[in-house]
Amino acid sequence: MLEIKNLKVSVEDKQILKGVNLEVNAGEIHAIMGPNGSGKSTLANIIAGRDGYEIDSGEIIYEGKDLTEMAPEIRAREGIFLAFQYPVEIPGVNNIYLLKAALNALRTHRGEPELDAIEFMALVKERMQVVKMNEDLLSRAVNEGFSGGEKKRNEIFQMAVLEPKLAILDETDSGLDIDALKIVAKGINSLRSEDRAIIIVTHYQRLLDYIVPDHVHVLSDGKIIKSGGKDLALELEEKGYDWVREEADAA
Amino acid sequence: MSTSQANNLAENFHAAFLAQQETKSLNGSKSLAWLAAHRQCAFDQFQENGFPTRRHETWKYTDVTPITKTGFVLANAEYGSAGHNSVEQRELDALRFDQKNTHELVFINGQFSSEHSNIGVLADNVIIGSLRAALTDTPALLEPRLNQCINSEDHIFAALNTALFSDGAFVYVPDNVVIEEPIVIYFISSNSEQMLTTTPRNLIVLGKHAQANVIESFHGLKDVVSFTNTITEIETDDGAILEHYKVQQENTDSFHIGGTHIKQHRNSRVESHSISLGGAIVRNDIVTELAGEGAEIILNGLYMGDGRQHVDNHTLVHHAKPHTRSNEYYRGVLDGHAHGVFNGRVIVHKDAQKTDAAQSNANLLLSDHAEIDTKPELEIYANDVKCSHGATVGQLDKNMLFYIRSRGIDEETAKSLLTFAFVDDVIRRIKFAPVREQLEVSVGGRLPDADLIKANLNSAKKIEESV
Repeated sequence: MLEIKNLKVSVEDKQILKGVNLEVNAGEIHAIMGPNGSGKSTLANIIAGRDGYEIDSGEIIYEGKDLTEMAPEIRAREGIFLAFQYPVEIPGVNNIYLLKAALNALRTHRGEPELDAIEFMALVKERMQVVKMNEDLLSRAVNEGFSGGEKKRNEIFQMAVLEPKLAILDETDSGLDIDALKIVAKGINSLRSEDRAIIIVTHYQRLLDYIVPDHVHVLSDGKIIKSGGKDLALELEEKGYDWVREEADAA
Repeated sequence: MSTSQANNLAENFHAAFLAQQETKSLNGSKSLAWLAAHRQCAFDQFQENGFPTRRHETWKYTDVTPITKTGFVLANAEYGSAGHNSVEQRELDALRFDQKNTHELVFINGQFSSEHSNIGVLADNVIIGSLRAALTDTPALLEPRLNQCINSEDHIFAALNTALFSDGAFVYVPDNVVIEEPIVIYFISSNSEQMLTTTPRNLIVLGKHAQANVIESFHGLKDVVSFTNTITEIETDDGAILEHYKVQQENTDSFHIGGTHIKQHRNSRVESHSISLGGAIVRNDIVTELAGEGAEIILNGLYMGDGRQHVDNHTLVHHAKPHTRSNEYYRGVLDGHAHGVFNGRVIVHKDAQKTDAAQSNANLLLSDHAEIDTKPELEIYANDVKCSHGATVGQLDKNMLFYIRSRGIDEETAKSLLTFAFVDDVIRRIKFAPVREQLEVSVGGRLPDADLIKANLNSAKKIEESV
């Protein structure tokens, strides 16, 4: 589904990603772990299409299409979803409106009819259960005055409504207390499917206690220096990142 | 008029003024010596000073020569009697606010139209009507109040208005009277054979503990090019409460210079909403004197410009007495080659201890060629006061744009949504729903994807209702 080949990316002449290779197939969950500043969020953002990054070389191929020149809205319509690390507050833009406009943009792109208000609300009410969203939050402006946990739940709720093919969750666990973490993890697990791939970008193992990944990658200094199965995450939790780096340096 | 061939506004005004003196009937002020004296004095001031140039500090960013070089002819009652000051009902209906119970005055090319107006039933001693009529009917009410709170040396267009006005609205609310229904005044620039300049002159007087809501709405009909030089004087006596709206939607080829001059007595409260959307060159001055302890003014403003529009807002608040409050909130959106000016001056006079003055001006520039000059000016001569001000100039927030686009919504729609959200911050402060709703439509209509924006506004409400 997603193939990243030797991707090198700079921000203001500083290279952040220094040759990333990654292959993600439908039905898989990949965890990308690594210390702060290793380039994890850059990788998440560049897949979603955020401005301000210079791709020095390499390719990002999604379902056979080159993503690098594709506008972020087209990527979204093609099935890519980024759950933001810091969901932005957008005063004056209604939460439920944004979601309805987004869903209909996706449906139109796929050649499906738009949902009417009643169908849409039925879907919303069902998907709200996924993350136990408070109904009051629907009619508010996007993320405005939401707590940190509410913002993260709103991201997963949006994901549940938009049903992406490829979801990238950028530090979704940060800022969540243990109860909220369990709810969000349960929501994400309920969205696991044969047709969907999920990339979980995280600093810590704790989300992975509830969402078991198929593959774990360690990103350090702009490169994936080690890949493995779910046990790798536990090992990292126990021993930290240094041993992987030493191992990589030795190699 | 014999001056119609002249191509210079000053000459036209001079001729009109002389004609007025000769006939002494032009503006219904035949036997009013006091008014003649005001007019003479004001015209002398204009003769002495001429039109302001950019060398004047308060006109530094606004060049009026495109106005003064155009040969506008003064619209007057005689002109109207020839039947030119007409407007079709459907054109008027399209501009009306969606509200049934109002006291409504309609002025066409500056002249009161009794045919189109609907003043409705008034309580005892309340006056809502034409100023021209009031000069005949109740001159004693006007003499102590008209032209009392304008410093025409600093406001030369106001002086011109004083010299040349022929009509406008007069609102008089006696002590302890509350007028529930809004008073809506429409000023329509309509078709005529010549390019007209109109000089509406409005006077709003609220007695002790009186209350009223007044809406001034300026429009140009299709393809009309006009110059409106309007003045509103407001006096609020002790404890009076006024909501005042000015909505300016003239054609983008027309010119609009307006002044609102307010004198507020003890514990009176004025809420001013100034919305400027139309006009090629626009200047709005709001000057208030908080002349009694505890007086308060709220100044909300929104200006939007595109193409080559130039819109200049000057506000001046005199805190003359202790415990007075002012709270100012202006926002501007400038696209294309538009140029905006905001100048918010607050003077806290020596005796005005415990003054509380807050001012904020935020500007959104949507194009690289749009320009804003924003300048807060605080002059504080008292020592126990609370004053704040802040001005910002920025573009649309990149993080917000990316967030919206990352959900599948195209860039142009995302920009419209965010622009509307920015201006809605002012619009939603408007308490009078019909004005708010009309503005949401007219502001939204200027942006791409107007339907989507409307849907955004209504979505929560409608979606929930429909389930």
